[in-house]
Amino acid sequence: MGPLSVNELISENTNLFLAFIIGIGFGFVLEQSGFSSSRKLAGVFYGYDTVVLKVFFAAAITAMLGLLFFSLFGWIDLSLVYINPTYLTSAIVGGIIMGAGFIIGGYCPGTSFCGASIGKLDALVFIGGLFIGVLIFDLGYNIWDGMYMAKFLGSPKISQTLGLSDGVFAFLLIIIALTMFWVAEWAEKKFPREEY
Amino acid sequence: MSNSEKSGPTKYLNPYIGGVLLGIVLLAANFVSGRGLGASGAIKSALVTAETVITPATSEKSGFIKEFREEHPGNPMKTWLVFEMTGVIVGGFLSGALAGRLKFKVEHSPKITSRKRLILALTGGVLFGFGSQLGRGCTSGAALSGMAVLSLGGFITMMAIFGTAFALAYFFRKNWI
Repeated sequence: MGPLSVNELISENTNLFLAFIIGIGFGFVLEQSGFSSSRKLAGVFYGYDTVVLKVFFAAAITAMLGLLFFSLFGWIDLSLVYINPTYLTSAIVGGIIMGAGFIIGGYCPGTSFCGASIGKLDALVFIGGLFIGVLIFDLGYNIWDGMYMAKFLGSPKISQTLGLSDGVFAFLLIIIALTMFWVAEWAEKKFPREEY
Repeated sequence: MSNSEKSGPTKYLNPYIGGVLLGIVLLAANFVSGRGLGASGAIKSALVTAETVITPATSEKSGFIKEFREEHPGNPMKTWLVFEMTGVIVGGFLSGALAGRLKFKVEHSPKITSRKRLILALTGGVLFGFGSQLGRGCTSGAALSGMAVLSLGGFITMMAIFGTAFALAYFFRKNWI
């Protein structure tokens, strides 16, 4: 059955229309969870507000489990679902640069659109920065395309790399997430907190 | 009867419920399109469009734009992530309107000025924009969506983003606390 557009069960225009609807859900949930506030987002790095960690990991394990169950029930063909390729060098270096951008700017791309949609001017300026950053990458592409393409490993699953089945890895990740939720609750009691 | 205590903005959703709902949205994206959510890809689409219109000659030579066009033939604005991010703006606005949080403001710690906050926001945006291209996706497209499909690269990028932000948090604490 799924993925619907890959199996051509829906037209390309229906796929784009559903992208818009899914985007509304994405933006709505982000805003409802407080991801429109940079001070709330940055809170996770100081322990005073760990909403980012809770929402992020709860979402990751929900979607991961959902995909595994959908596959088990024959509702989705996981071999047709895109698995992000692994270019080791750029995954690490890109992640480090994004991490610096996160603690300095207080947003990530998705949350900055969410913040701007309710009138946060700092989010709007962050979006301006995003465009400049992407443009710099484009203009200097010849300088860093070696690093961009380095250490290509294909599209391995982390479960394969660790020599585990998907189910066992999923179980371990849930245990890790629950442990982090417990630490997060402890940190919020320890560090003073206010709502932004 | 009006509830006088609730004159301010509505409280945020419980984060665990918010997370499960976000996971269902991500699951829906995979079920419909075979790919997860994303954000930075839409910025790339907009930029490719702008460059092609403003400087067609140089955009022909760009390896970056060539790579994008190979993956997305046709109009760069008619892509999944552009429609999705348009939805994000609508969804965020609807949520803010329902919760009474629509307001133009520069949010910052009382220890810094609005001007400083905006300079930091711009700097962070530039870094994040650049990093998202190098890392082939941002917190949504590479980290969150990658983790849901158990991508090794997704987990590595997630750890690099959060690890770096934690490691640098001490040096930027005055901007937030």
